[in-house]
Amino acid sequence: MPKIKLSDNTINIIKEVCAEFDNKESELINVLHKVQGKLGYLPAEVQEVIARELKTSVAKVYGVVTFYSFFTMIPKGEFPISICMGTACYVRGAEQVLSEFKRQLKVEVGESTSDGKFSLNCLRCVGACGLAPVVTVGEKVYGRVAPTQVKDIIAEYRNNVCDVARTA
Amino acid sequence: MDVINLTIDNKPVVVKKGTTILEAAKGIGVHVPTLCYMKLDDLNIENKPGGCRICVVEVQGRRNLAPACCTEVNEGMVVNTHSIRAINARRTVMELILSDHPTDCLICAKSGNCDLQSMAHKLGIRQIHYQGEQSHYRKDTSPSIIRDVDKCIMCRRCEMMCNEVQTVGVLSAINRGFNSVVSPAFEMNLDHSVCTYCGQCVAVCPTGALTEVDDTGKVVRLLSDPTKTVIVQTAPAVRAALGEEFDLEAGTLVTGKMVAALRRLGFDYVFDTDFAADLTIMEEGTELLNRLGRYLEGDKEVKLPILTSCCPAWVKFFEHQFPDMLDIPSTARSPQQMFGSIAKTYFAEKLGIKREDLVVVSIMPCVAKKYECQRDEFKVNKNPDVDYAITTRELAALIKISNINFNSLPSEDFDHPLGESTGAGVIFGTTGGVIEAAVRTAYELHTKKELPRLNFDELRGMDGIRKATIDFDGLPINIGIAHGLGNARKLLEEIQAGKSEFHAIEIMSCPGGCIGGGGQPYHHGNAEIIKKRQRAIYEEDSKKAIRKSHENPYIQKLYEEFLGHPLSEKSHHLLHTEYFDRT
Repeated sequence: MPKIKLSDNTINIIKEVCAEFDNKESELINVLHKVQGKLGYLPAEVQEVIARELKTSVAKVYGVVTFYSFFTMIPKGEFPISICMGTACYVRGAEQVLSEFKRQLKVEVGESTSDGKFSLNCLRCVGACGLAPVVTVGEKVYGRVAPTQVKDIIAEYRNNVCDVARTA
Repeated sequence: MDVINLTIDNKPVVVKKGTTILEAAKGIGVHVPTLCYMKLDDLNIENKPGGCRICVVEVQGRRNLAPACCTEVNEGMVVNTHSIRAINARRTVMELILSDHPTDCLICAKSGNCDLQSMAHKLGIRQIHYQGEQSHYRKDTSPSIIRDVDKCIMCRRCEMMCNEVQTVGVLSAINRGFNSVVSPAFEMNLDHSVCTYCGQCVAVCPTGALTEVDDTGKVVRLLSDPTKTVIVQTAPAVRAALGEEFDLEAGTLVTGKMVAALRRLGFDYVFDTDFAADLTIMEEGTELLNRLGRYLEGDKEVKLPILTSCCPAWVKFFEHQFPDMLDIPSTARSPQQMFGSIAKTYFAEKLGIKREDLVVVSIMPCVAKKYECQRDEFKVNKNPDVDYAITTRELAALIKISNINFNSLPSEDFDHPLGESTGAGVIFGTTGGVIEAAVRTAYELHTKKELPRLNFDELRGMDGIRKATIDFDGLPINIGIAHGLGNARKLLEEIQAGKSEFHAIEIMSCPGGCIGGGGQPYHHGNAEIIKKRQRAIYEEDSKKAIRKSHENPYIQKLYEEFLGHPLSEKSHHLLHTEYFDRT
């Protein structure tokens, strides 16, 4: 993994989040959650700063980051796409939808497209099983998605027409 | 006192409230099998993640089996430790662990010493009913320690040692479920991490997942090379533990047999690291008196307390974790390195051979010593002062390979001149020993009077942090002692905060000091063994004719013939070192 140098601004953002939680080690998960919300992902250097601030070991921080699938060390795309693999979505064809996304975007699950526009992930249940299979792009939810619709969904964002989904 | 009455295997038991089923059963002689659980009494070390489920027992009226190691007793509890349900569950758990474990026991470094192997044997496992995918991970080799996590059973003992006891924080469980392994951050190799190579993870690993780098093959090859003169030095803690490898009672001193065995292995000269320990006291003790003298004269620049620097894991620890304090520890090299340096100059000259033709092997209770002897500052023209450091366990293996009947060996003496030592050199092997040795010499050098006593009981013991004030004939000297790096950290943070009142602090990385080192025979969770080794060390000291380093006639001769005086220019060059910021 190539080493990146964090800007002072980024370091300050991390320190602020840690301070919000009183620099308590027991708040590690909350700190990681919030920092990822602000930075989009949790590269090694970010974890090092968090470990220092919370006075814990970076191995422990890395342990938590790798335990929860929500946390990622890979920068998410501008438009993060998630396919629900919960039971209801799965039986209604989520897997075919997922393979169509993989084919069209030429990425595997957990990866981002080379232009940084899209990233692809699976998630477990967004609580909208009646709409199965469900796909989310950012915070926008698409229900009853068929593989044939995948192309249109991607096109919607490829030309940047919708910026509602810009979130992490 | 609140007491609880319960029944275990039909026997009534009365125990204190808060006792676990495991401890209560132990009290009546029922040993429930455990695997991940480990407790070192008096050292404040306990691992009970309740992870392996080998210790499950049946509790009447409870739907599920209870893990004995982390279930507290209740009033009226009826426990059956060997019901058919408990036995079957235990066997199932064992088979499941084994289903994801390599079966190369015959050639595993831990074979014969493996807790998993002996537990499988104890439970009578003859078949593994669950066949499935096995997890695979790359092997990670460092200068001291090999990680082969395919053999890891996630007992978390290493993690507990690394994080809670040592506060080094290299190891953590990472990933999830089937993919989880114990690893440094970002899955980096140990030699890129802040690992100190203290080896306490190796000392407690129940399987072959963490082992030391094996250098015995290289030593055997060198011993058969006629162009090389091969000499050996033995650390003080080795003689108090080596016997355990040959079924002798823990705490049996085997100094003479060890010397005899080394001679039979083919070493040309059998010397003693204790000699170099005496030398360390001359240098470090003088350094302490120098700093103290300057301090008393009102010198504001002088750094106090002085910290001992014999332990390579401790050195690497402060280089990583306290880079702002590199000028506080003594600059004296460790006894291992002082020995190597003197051997390859003074002794090589005496023999009339080149340093390249002299091979120095050390027998150490430690795996960090392997790393220490590879550090660049301890090499001259790429030739290391100490060529190989092998552990107590590796020496035992060499003796066994060579068909030497250890227990029937006669007692033999070390060779001269680097084999003569005092009782002060011997006690370097236990926590409190280095500073007691330093006190014996510094007192007499400072006061020019003879010590009224030689045993300093206030410096001895097993408490993690100990404090004492020794009266240097009207001058009170405050002494601190820490063993275990977590305890060392506490004393260092006091210094950082300007709150330390000590003049001198002794630090050893391993719980108990070198007697509890990562290269010693495995204690399998029995802390009594470490205490017995400590008693053996003090016993050897009390039997020595000379018990103060500065009275060692061969040390005096070395200064007369070669070094001049402590802290001389030659001493600085050969016996002192510098530290590096590793952040």
